[in-house]
Amino acid sequence: MEALTPIAVISIFTLSVFVGFEVVSKVSSTLHTPLMSGANAIHGVILVGAIIVCSHASTTLELTLSVIAIILATINMIGGFVVTDRMLEMFKGKKGGDK
Amino acid sequence: MSDFVYDLIGLTAGVFFILALKGLSHPRTARRGNLLGAFGAGVATIVVFFHGELNNIWWILGSIAVGTVVGVPAARKVQMTQMPQLVALFNGVGGGAAALVAIVEYQNLGDKATTAEVIFTVFTVVVGCVSFSGSIITFLKLQELMTTRPVVFPGGRFVIAATLAAVLGSSVWVVIELGTTPLLVLAGLSLAFGILFVLPVGGADVPIVISLLNAFTGLTVAASGYVLQSTLLIIAGTLVGASGTILTRLMAEAMGRSLFGTLFGAFTAKPQDTSGAAEDRPVRSGSPDDVAILLNYARRVVIVPGFGLAVAQAQHTVRELADLMISKGIDVAYGIHPVAGRMPGHMNVLLAEANVPYDQLAEMDEVNPTFGQTDVAIVIGANDVVNPAAKTTPGCPIYGMPILEVSNASNVIFLKRSMRPGFAGIENELLYDPKTMLLFGDAKASLTKVVSALKAL
Repeated sequence: MEALTPIAVISIFTLSVFVGFEVVSKVSSTLHTPLMSGANAIHGVILVGAIIVCSHASTTLELTLSVIAIILATINMIGGFVVTDRMLEMFKGKKGGDK
Repeated sequence: MSDFVYDLIGLTAGVFFILALKGLSHPRTARRGNLLGAFGAGVATIVVFFHGELNNIWWILGSIAVGTVVGVPAARKVQMTQMPQLVALFNGVGGGAAALVAIVEYQNLGDKATTAEVIFTVFTVVVGCVSFSGSIITFLKLQELMTTRPVVFPGGRFVIAATLAAVLGSSVWVVIELGTTPLLVLAGLSLAFGILFVLPVGGADVPIVISLLNAFTGLTVAASGYVLQSTLLIIAGTLVGASGTILTRLMAEAMGRSLFGTLFGAFTAKPQDTSGAAEDRPVRSGSPDDVAILLNYARRVVIVPGFGLAVAQAQHTVRELADLMISKGIDVAYGIHPVAGRMPGHMNVLLAEANVPYDQLAEMDEVNPTFGQTDVAIVIGANDVVNPAAKTTPGCPIYGMPILEVSNASNVIFLKRSMRPGFAGIENELLYDPKTMLLFGDAKASLTKVVSALKAL
């Protein structure tokens, strides 16, 4: 695979920082907890990284560590989205919720 | 699947994450936002299996199955009152996963690793480990498996400073020496630093720290994305890092805390003076009948729910009481402090679970000016969020936090289990105020008695 050039990485990083700042800049305190929990689930996508390293693990140590990494990342990702959904489920059907 | 298609799908998942965060910022779109995020993460995970050569496939699938079996029931079954610590735990394991990924990839690269890759690996290991051990401590604090007060020991600040110096030193060591041993030493020191970093944080500030560690984990994911050459991980990790930082600041503002003070409390905190000179002062305690009579002649009542209400599972009983008062023509509102419960917005979730109509929930800024016209304020299982010490006692742990000014109401009723102070561990002067009446006991049992007494009137 072609390596990402440093400038490409810096560009992706910088733009993502601004997008991240922008999307959550005006959020009511009611949603702080679900938003934190949802963002928490999103970084569970490290699962993708864990799968990649596990797939080319060659020693027992590497395999053991990457298996643990996959288990932890799965808990983070799937558990995170499920618990966020449970929190938000309770807001459903509340008409006139916007104040 | 070609690299191009693979990267394109990765980018699409990144867009889904942006839409997810955007959706989660508005009440009406929040649930859809979360589902979009889950969809993006799902797609990103599935396409890895169709890209390039994949070994150890059964190990991978088995581990995912194990993670699912552990994670889903935990998320499904957790009581809503214990949800903040579960989020903390999920965040911690994410940080741990990122650190492990970095360690394995470092083994894999061996001598081929460029200096930049080594630096990013070091960053991921340090911050991932701090996030892991720090989150475990926040979990223990919220679960009340350990004290919720700041843990400060003599010379603590020097120990923390020394550990931080050791972490930085061994980071340099890893970059120069390259090897597994230095990296494992670094991981161990970082775990220790995470523990020391969170120990001095007081109970009330824990949510801020969870949010910060969440942002940290995001950044580690971004850094491991660089090492693994994955644009998706860079985008997702950076988004969480950036939005998490903003969220941490917003939370700190809502609680009236300075972020700096929260984080570096370790360097300034002094062992607290916990001498209880106040404990044997007289308080006025009443019976459920006294409370019912007071309520019966009130025109406006504000209910201030706190974590104690949730612990007693009294959400439904409190709604019953509110409905009864409304049927008697009493004006009823719930005054919700931004951090009522354990985290911002936690109380809204708990009351929504009990089907309390949304329009009865008033935010702090709305309800505070109305306490002057309020006959009775009922404080149920809350303490810190109404504690006037936040305004009057500089130097106390919650000083500067905006509070619900229930002391402006004509009468204040506290439903409490005991005289024990709240989560932040501070004495509440309002309990000794002549216009305050205390009703001791389990919130649910007390409320049930008040409801039947009020019905009988």
